[in-house]
Amino acid sequence: MQEKAPGEPRGARNGPRTILDETGIRRTLMRIAHEILERTEDPGLLYLVAIPNGGVPLAREIARNLRQIAGIDVAVGILDTTLYRDDLTTTAERPLLRLTEMPSAVDGRIVILVDDVVKTGRTIRAAMDALMDFGRPQVVQVVGLVDRGHRELPIKLDYVGKNVPTSPNENLRLRGDAGELRGRLELVLEPSDAADSDDSSRSARKGGGA
Amino acid sequence: MIGRDLLGIEDLDRSDIERILQTAEHMGEIGEREVKKVPTLRGRTLVNLFFEPSTRTQTSFEIAGKRLSADVVNFSPRSSSLTKAESILDTARTLDAMDPDAVVVRHAVAGVPKRIADVLEAPVINAGDGAHEHPTQALLDLFTVRREKGRIDGLTVTIVGDIVHSRVARSNIYGFLKMGAEVRLAAPPPMIPAAVETLGVKAFTSLREALDGADVVMALRIQNERFAGSYFPSVREYAATFGIDRATLRYAKDDAIVMHPGPVNRGVELSHDLADHRPSVILDQVRNGVSIRMAVLYLISGRLHRGGVA
Repeated sequence: MQEKAPGEPRGARNGPRTILDETGIRRTLMRIAHEILERTEDPGLLYLVAIPNGGVPLAREIARNLRQIAGIDVAVGILDTTLYRDDLTTTAERPLLRLTEMPSAVDGRIVILVDDVVKTGRTIRAAMDALMDFGRPQVVQVVGLVDRGHRELPIKLDYVGKNVPTSPNENLRLRGDAGELRGRLELVLEPSDAADSDDSSRSARKGGGA
Repeated sequence: MIGRDLLGIEDLDRSDIERILQTAEHMGEIGEREVKKVPTLRGRTLVNLFFEPSTRTQTSFEIAGKRLSADVVNFSPRSSSLTKAESILDTARTLDAMDPDAVVVRHAVAGVPKRIADVLEAPVINAGDGAHEHPTQALLDLFTVRREKGRIDGLTVTIVGDIVHSRVARSNIYGFLKMGAEVRLAAPPPMIPAAVETLGVKAFTSLREALDGADVVMALRIQNERFAGSYFPSVREYAATFGIDRATLRYAKDDAIVMHPGPVNRGVELSHDLADHRPSVILDQVRNGVSIRMAVLYLISGRLHRGGVA
């Protein structure tokens, strides 16, 4: 159902628009796995750390790809950034916490943070702070399946799936089951506080006095 | 919805309890890290206002606050149950003028945390008031049971001992009933509150009957110095009739767990052996208490700005 939806009654400029379908996501993650291997001298030090919920199936897929390409087993961790968010003082309702599961130590490792959609960079900032509480990685890099732009912090992505220019009030999210790489990335135009999006920009908008 | 204050389990509905337990599940992980601290409540001040001494509960709240990076101040004014309400409220107002972000209150008289909550700007968490409620204890008990058994719904929970004087029992009765468990009480008749069955629990004077098929056995502390001679003939007789040991535990389910809010009178409510070993989960209760209090502080402090900007 990746329709253009020309006659959507919302009056949106675009209805939901598919940015990447499942095949596209898989292809992109395969390319990123190759890029990671290309740029990593000692792949034995790699440690993929997913930012839930959207980053989790992506990190697992990258780990599968690395095993397939290079025969290496790369640890996959999950790191919830909620308690490190910079907008907790301004939100009235407490956001739900999500799973954190860090199966091995981060000291001396090449940690690659994996997120689905990167926008303001605030989630990545929170993830880096959280990561440092687990130890001292040798290197921290970032994978973003989609980079929307609109950065508010000096954060750059090391591996980008796709650059998608968007307007700030559009919402981009990964549709599909949590934990499973199914579904598609959709661009949806909706009010900024609707939907439980993994979009890192939510914090910023609320902090900005929405 | 979880309100501004946490005064009792009676005020919560099932989804509130679920949310607190769910949040505590994630808080537990922080305690296993090398750096047991997250920046969530940085710059917030938590005051422990304990009119009645309680090293254990106070320490638990203090550790919970510090793991969330709050500044924790302990304030234990001298007070007795005879102290006038006005002077207690004065103390609370004085404290409030120093702009704390949350106040944890323990008092020997039921209802004091509520009175304090009515005059304070800051949210109030009840850490035990008289024989009324001790909500965080019940939450940590619910949490411990759910971790041990994987569920609460449909379990049989037997609470043994001084029900009538116990805020722990009262909060747990509300909590376990709301979460779908069957709750039984076992105690000498004077220690069972009148008309308690209207709450939906079953009261027994035979320990054996009360334990039959129980999944959870919760022993309460007997304040022996206060009650021996009036509520039961002697501590020894109480231990013989209502004390839990491996022999009486056989009446419960094979995989029943034993709980106690502490501190245990060894050889009275629980045999020495049970006080220290499985199937008792007393130290897990203590550990889980920190996670529960972190969860409560996190959820409560989200509503700090009363009537302020959203």
